[in-house]
Amino acid sequence: MAKKRAVNLSGVPPGISRRDFIKFCSIMAAGMGLPPAFAPRIAAAITASKRPPVVWLSAQECTGCTETLLRTDHPAFADLILDLISLDYSETLNSGAGHQSEAWRKEIVSDNEGKFILVCEGSFPVKDGGIYCQIAGRPVVEILRETAPKAAAIIAIGSCASWGGVPSASPNPTGATAVDRIIVDRPVINIPGCPPNPYNFLSTVLYYVTFKKLPDLDSRGRPRFAYGRLIHENCERRPHFDAGRFAEQFGDDGHRKGWCLYKLGCKGPETFNNCPTLRYNDVGVWPVNVGHPCFGCSEQGVGFDEPLFSPARPTYITPPTQFAKARPDGGAGGSTLAAAGVGAVVGAAAVAAGVSLGKKDKDHGEE
Amino acid sequence: MHALVSVRTVENALGMEVPRNAQFIRNMIMGAHGVHDHLVHFYHLCALDWVDIVSAIKADPRATAKLGQSLSDWKRNTYEEIKTTRDRLRALVDSGQLGIYGSGYWGHPAMKLPPEVNLLAVTHYLQALEYQREINKVVALLGGKTPHIQNVAVGGVTNPVNLDSPDTLNMERLYHIRTLMDKADEFVKKVAMVDVAVVGAFYAEWTGYGAGVTNYLSAPDMPMDTRGTEFSLSGGYIPTADLGRFTAIKSFDDEFFAKNVKESIKHSWYEGDWDRHPYDGETVPHYTDFQEDGKYSWVKAPTFKGEPAQVGPLANVLCMYAAGHERTRHYVTKVLETVSSLAKTKVGPSALHSTIGRIAARVVRCAVLNDTLHDQWNALVENISSGDLAYFNQPEIGPGLYQGFGFHEAPRGILSHWIVIENGKIKNYQAVVPSTWNAGPRNDKDDPGPYEAALFNNPVADSERPLEVLRTVHSFDPCLACAIHMFDPEENELVRVRAL
Repeated sequence: MAKKRAVNLSGVPPGISRRDFIKFCSIMAAGMGLPPAFAPRIAAAITASKRPPVVWLSAQECTGCTETLLRTDHPAFADLILDLISLDYSETLNSGAGHQSEAWRKEIVSDNEGKFILVCEGSFPVKDGGIYCQIAGRPVVEILRETAPKAAAIIAIGSCASWGGVPSASPNPTGATAVDRIIVDRPVINIPGCPPNPYNFLSTVLYYVTFKKLPDLDSRGRPRFAYGRLIHENCERRPHFDAGRFAEQFGDDGHRKGWCLYKLGCKGPETFNNCPTLRYNDVGVWPVNVGHPCFGCSEQGVGFDEPLFSPARPTYITPPTQFAKARPDGGAGGSTLAAAGVGAVVGAAAVAAGVSLGKKDKDHGEE
Repeated sequence: MHALVSVRTVENALGMEVPRNAQFIRNMIMGAHGVHDHLVHFYHLCALDWVDIVSAIKADPRATAKLGQSLSDWKRNTYEEIKTTRDRLRALVDSGQLGIYGSGYWGHPAMKLPPEVNLLAVTHYLQALEYQREINKVVALLGGKTPHIQNVAVGGVTNPVNLDSPDTLNMERLYHIRTLMDKADEFVKKVAMVDVAVVGAFYAEWTGYGAGVTNYLSAPDMPMDTRGTEFSLSGGYIPTADLGRFTAIKSFDDEFFAKNVKESIKHSWYEGDWDRHPYDGETVPHYTDFQEDGKYSWVKAPTFKGEPAQVGPLANVLCMYAAGHERTRHYVTKVLETVSSLAKTKVGPSALHSTIGRIAARVVRCAVLNDTLHDQWNALVENISSGDLAYFNQPEIGPGLYQGFGFHEAPRGILSHWIVIENGKIKNYQAVVPSTWNAGPRNDKDDPGPYEAALFNNPVADSERPLEVLRTVHSFDPCLACAIHMFDPEENELVRVRAL
């Protein structure tokens, strides 16, 4: 026992160097929009004697949200479950199955009443008594109803748990329902996405563990540090939008040059998420920079609802902070813009920037 | 991988060709995804049925390092790394918070590995988390993110092939991919293949259990031409374990495949009792609760030529072996030779028809996939060098009726989608997925599917904790979305298990 304590005297979880650990806490602080000075506080919260228990329920899902956690590297999944949290119940990753697994969940929930974080993955079918998703012979919605009141905090991970996602797409044959429509008397943090960026989930958990309160949420229960801005506002292709340079078809000249995907149906102008700033899988990618429009996977009423290639309804257009030089002869002309239904917006932006639409920039010609 | 099959299905219905660059990019995604998936399955979803992590704490790290170094020249079989693993495990157990390991079967009488072998396996379990993540970055670099790639479209891919632009598939990204492939290579061949052979040798009796259905069905994959008539990896059908009767599936239009697939719902919770081709299939729920002789599953029962068929890496490896695929033969021989030398008894290819054989076949396929990934990268670079920069053909759809199918050899086996389009709208869409082939209930003739058949005569040492049942079911690598709640063999007596 003395030896075990010695491992933890440094305040750093075993298996991670102190330097890496502080770096990790700084990254998490930055991810939550906090100054670096908060890193020690996060570190202290994480190394408190007991790792915060997490109970992960699965309902109508594809396991993509669990899978996405396996792909993180700060922290890596092993460090997460061995050193930072105690993932006490996960149907995908439990070593046990059947009766052992059921008994274990009951034990964990009763031993940690009021202390555990409940994570829900997938939507919950409520039609026909909930028979469309059953666990150990019981509708999974019953397990949610009996577990949620005992949790310290509830997180819905992924679009299915947050607002219904794929299973709730019309005609919704099973009555697939979001967690916050079933658990209505407690706050539910929604982390939508298909799957969401795992760092948005991790930052939420650590925010709660560190500050003992929920992060600031928007009207749909989403943390503002992750879902506070439209994708369109931070997209690296935004200057092409403002300048009227659009890809019209996969494989055309504009698409090869990395122009704006608005006319191919990009839903960035109506989807709130941090994909363009946070990016995925630690290799600096997100769908738009592999040439595919955003389809609004995280946004209720957009993903799995609007047709993939129909133009977005840019309700929330705000002026960008910077304006690209316009080179209209390299892209689409003014009449095409009007046809796209955003002529007025783009025109206004161009005027505001004092950019002449008729001038060609010879220094930066791509042709 | 449903994304890929769904576009192949529409392309097939519309009679489209796909640019070669797009084929190679798709092939690289499926190859990298497969390597990642097989590593996660073996180490993180199945190994703890055989490896006792609590026993690993008792191991001596020096002896473990020596054992590891005698088995493989893997650079990370070091005393320091093994000791760190042991210390982390100790800290975990001492903390009293066992997390996902809390419900496991530690100390179970069917656990037979010595502590040092257990510790070596746990060390690799943690390392595998790193390597599966790294190879998956290939999928992200091409697909925009993973899981759920977004770069495939009917007619090709959306990755602009343009070496002279910052926002496209350019040299930096191509070499990033190449580097990640090389990293995975060493881990698959020096670690995963060896670990599977070690588990196979210690549990050699499991080559005698779990064969189940021995009709094998598998898809050819990694098309090398625009129409899908030449493939880098072969597939086909083998009836009753007879490799001599292998019939190849030859193209994306293959009639032998298209005509012989059916699904029965006699025992499934859907309305009616029929046995239909997927073009005529339907999915209308009709739940009855568990009826032993009636309906008892949400899964349909697919058949090929009227009989159940097993799908997955074992089916694929056997088909490629029968087709004379050189790399497959090489790795099968290598794994069997390692098992034979460790177990000190000759283990031949017939041992593959078993629970442990399915696990061995998965690591063989993993090695084959990673080699093929290199071929695909070379083919892409060569094709770009030749001046072909096409990556997308615009689909055109007119009025009238179209029907088509698409298939793919996914990590869990052959996946096929079937579509009927009428006047520009989808009239019917059916997916016949790998875990349906394997987990399906009895069919219209009451023949059991592969899971059920494989559980007959499985030994069970402790009927309260039937770990052995998990071993056989997990060896199929059940689709994660239906991972745990298949059925309860004890309470429902779906199968008879033999007590040890």
